[in-house]
Amino acid sequence: MPDLLLELFCEEIPARMQADAAEALRKRVTDALVERGLMYEGAKAFVTPRRLALAVHGLPANQPDVHEERKGPRVGAPEAALEGFLKASGLASIDQAKIVSDPKKGEFYVAHIHKHGRTTPEVIAEILPEIIRSFPWPKSMRWGTGSLKWVRPLQSIVCTFGPETEEPEIVHFEVDGIRSGDITRGHRFLSKGTIRVRRLADWQTKLEAAFVVADRERRKDIILNDAKDLALAQGLELVEDPGLLDEISGLVEWPVVLMGTFDEGFLDVPDEVIRATIRINQKCFVLRDPATGRLANKFVLVSNLAASDGGAAIIAGNERVIRARLSDAKFFWDTDRKTNATVALSERLEKFRNVTFHEKLGSQYERIERIAALAKALAPLVGADPELAEQAARYAKADLRTEVVGEFPEVQGLMGKYYARLEGLPEEIALAAEEHYKPQGPTDRVPTAPVSVAVALADKLDTLVGFWAIDEKPTGSKDPYALRRAALGVVRIVLDNNSRLDLTKLLLNHGDRFSGHDPAVTAFALVEFIADRLKVQLREQGARFDLVDAVLETGVRKETMMPGMGNVRDLVPIVARVEALGRFLATEDGKNLLAGYKRAANILRIEEKKDGASYEGGVDIVLLHEPEERALADAIATARPLIEQAVAAEDFEGAMGVMSSLRAPVDAFFEKVTVNAPDAALRVNRLRLLADIRNTTRTIADFDRIEG
Amino acid sequence: MIDPNLPPHMRPDRSFQGLILALHAFWADKGCVVLQPYDMEVGAGTFHPATTLRALGPKHWKAAYVQPSRRPKDGRYGENPNRLQHYYQYQVILKPSPADLQDLYLASLEAIGIDLNLHDVRFVEDDWESPTLGAWGLGWECWCDGMEVSQFTYFQQVAGIECSPVSGELTYGLERLAMYVQGVENVYDLNFNGREGDEKVTYGDVFLQAEKEYSRHNFEHADTVMLLEQFRMAESAAAKYLEAGWNDDRTRHLMAQPAYDQCIKASHVFNLLDARGVISVTERQSYILRVRELSKACGAAWLATAAGGAA
Repeated sequence: MPDLLLELFCEEIPARMQADAAEALRKRVTDALVERGLMYEGAKAFVTPRRLALAVHGLPANQPDVHEERKGPRVGAPEAALEGFLKASGLASIDQAKIVSDPKKGEFYVAHIHKHGRTTPEVIAEILPEIIRSFPWPKSMRWGTGSLKWVRPLQSIVCTFGPETEEPEIVHFEVDGIRSGDITRGHRFLSKGTIRVRRLADWQTKLEAAFVVADRERRKDIILNDAKDLALAQGLELVEDPGLLDEISGLVEWPVVLMGTFDEGFLDVPDEVIRATIRINQKCFVLRDPATGRLANKFVLVSNLAASDGGAAIIAGNERVIRARLSDAKFFWDTDRKTNATVALSERLEKFRNVTFHEKLGSQYERIERIAALAKALAPLVGADPELAEQAARYAKADLRTEVVGEFPEVQGLMGKYYARLEGLPEEIALAAEEHYKPQGPTDRVPTAPVSVAVALADKLDTLVGFWAIDEKPTGSKDPYALRRAALGVVRIVLDNNSRLDLTKLLLNHGDRFSGHDPAVTAFALVEFIADRLKVQLREQGARFDLVDAVLETGVRKETMMPGMGNVRDLVPIVARVEALGRFLATEDGKNLLAGYKRAANILRIEEKKDGASYEGGVDIVLLHEPEERALADAIATARPLIEQAVAAEDFEGAMGVMSSLRAPVDAFFEKVTVNAPDAALRVNRLRLLADIRNTTRTIADFDRIEG
Repeated sequence: MIDPNLPPHMRPDRSFQGLILALHAFWADKGCVVLQPYDMEVGAGTFHPATTLRALGPKHWKAAYVQPSRRPKDGRYGENPNRLQHYYQYQVILKPSPADLQDLYLASLEAIGIDLNLHDVRFVEDDWESPTLGAWGLGWECWCDGMEVSQFTYFQQVAGIECSPVSGELTYGLERLAMYVQGVENVYDLNFNGREGDEKVTYGDVFLQAEKEYSRHNFEHADTVMLLEQFRMAESAAAKYLEAGWNDDRTRHLMAQPAYDQCIKASHVFNLLDARGVISVTERQSYILRVRELSKACGAAWLATAAGGAA
């Protein structure tokens, strides 16, 4: 079976776009092939800074032939109808159509269309230009005099097709003046001239000989292994950094890993600042000394060149740049410490009066005061000392005025921790300065120290209430203030710490600290927003969508909307309820009860609609004739208060246990009793019994939302 | 390769002016018109009409020049080894961008003494945008052994107008590049004239005093009342010249360049006001928008001139 090789050679593709581009190329080309009847055995995409490539294995040489019968108009139909038929079926004259006779319709025309499948190269030549023109780059550009858009100028295209045993053919096509061929180029500096390639294996071998490792994963392996080896040889450990590794692998075609050194004096600067400087500005790895656990005065750089001097000039150049960067960092660190020694950071908060947090939300100072008040109020609920939480909240943003944070915003919080320790503040305050920003992303750690929890929650809730109060809610994909992240942070902190908070109450009271909005409206809307994040979080953890919906429908949402606002404004029991429900539905009893419920709910829905009436209301015991209906009514009467008690006590397992006692009577009822009895009074009473089943299950969840 | 016939004091790796001359020789040889700096204060070489205006319209164009650039906020009173409020950019514009632009750029690095077999040159994503010029493009920052030495941009839009054909723009940070090839850690230590001993003139000899004076001026003393007035004057003058330049049926414009000068003026005055800290965050945006409106109108006027391609 023949294979396809495609290579799109261009000027440097931004590193961050490479992985997605490789996947998009694979998907678009293979989808287009399959859509045209060309099945394949396998496909693999490659990407380097200068090329995007795809190999598709095991394609047929041709599309399959297609035979089609197309019914046409009656014999003797008007001219226009016949012409339309000829055009649609591709026949030259009506004589080529067969006449078929049908007892009902009489005689009519049928066209037998036999379409020869085209050769695969023809199909490929047709689909590729369109795929190239409409390629989903996050940003693309024009160049020279052309109109084609590509991520950076596209220079050449290789496209060959053929079986392994034969010389493959070039699949000829043209995009904006670039003709496909079998010529590519190797490494920008290490290889001269052009290279003729035939198929995948040949392409990979020749590129490798021309100093290009086409496979991104292999480049990553090489970088990681070489970096670790270099570290080991010095008795050091590489500080691994998967994000950086991803980026670097997209900056080189021929990774050469080298080690540089910086002056030991710079180690005076905190490790995180050194790492931020070296990583962000220079895209280099840092190394740790296993003996001390601290950074070593070495760094690992990845060049794209096997230099003729073994890399000495490259190392020297990188060392110079890193020296300049670290000098800046050290200067900022020294300045901060000197300034803090004169006037403690915690005593310079007044300066925040002149810093606007947001035009409509006042100064940074006012914000800090609000967060401090909220942290104090929250503290007892999360087991923290209120005075300490308040003090920690005041200190938490203080480092925003320091030089180091001004230069490296990503170490905000962390510097607060260092400076707090230098000031001799309690360790809880130092930790809260660092941890109150957490969790930043889905993989970030959630704070657990009580003071940190109080400040972290206060910080996020203040942001949420503030932006809701001025009506700057996220819309669609726009979330400039990262409010979704803040709400998800609240959810994760609460769940991970099992914090029992009445969110509505907290939000209402905090809402009073802002003017120009209705605190109740803000609080309810926010509880809903937070509930949405909870949904997302539970789904991420693998909970069933439908169960989360079913529980939330009876949980936060309904009750916050109600006057008096019900009781479930606390996230922890919601999760417990979803989990218990999931376990229950996995049992035989659970499955059957759900089936019984669905049946009851269906009948009710139909009958309520037909009669235009609701069958909510008490069952009349006198009208319960059959033993099965009496048994069911009894079972419900017994179970319902027990379930309610168990739910109130948050004993969801217990509630499910009681619920399972309903399975047998529900099953028996449906087996023996006819709901739609001829006697109208009996029928109404039985429908009411069904409504009772529905209401009982609703104390746990909205079973209508459960699939199955 | 550095021209082997050069005497030592003319070599681009020994002398700041030698570096400029080597780049002039290189780009002149590639068919560029070698221009002199624009005679106004600008924040970057892109502001030179030879780039901003010539990037618009269908006519082909190749130019290279040095542009002294002023960034009032980057002044450091001469105390920072890398940061200056006045520095030199070497600017090359090629329209349409040739297919071998990257190779030309790399050859220019070799011409100033960067051996591509020894140094790690990389093209790292960097999209360029100038909100005041209403311009953006895609390209890279060019790294040499981890240091950014140039900007490389394919203009997509200038003055709010789509560029067709597309220009390729190269901007070399001359001081940084010179520090690299001369192996110097402090910009003020650069050898300016390539001579040694008593005859040697350093970058500091030429510019250190100016950096101190202008830092004082930019941050402390620049007359903000006057500057605010100058901004308004430049803005209204630009509008006046733009209006007066149109012919009766508004098909040709006869004063696009004088109008654009006022736009450059407004932009620099804004930068000075910004350094003086008298512009709030919200006002800042509106000043930028006002300059952008001027540059857009100038771009539209330019397209109605002969050099802008009007028939």
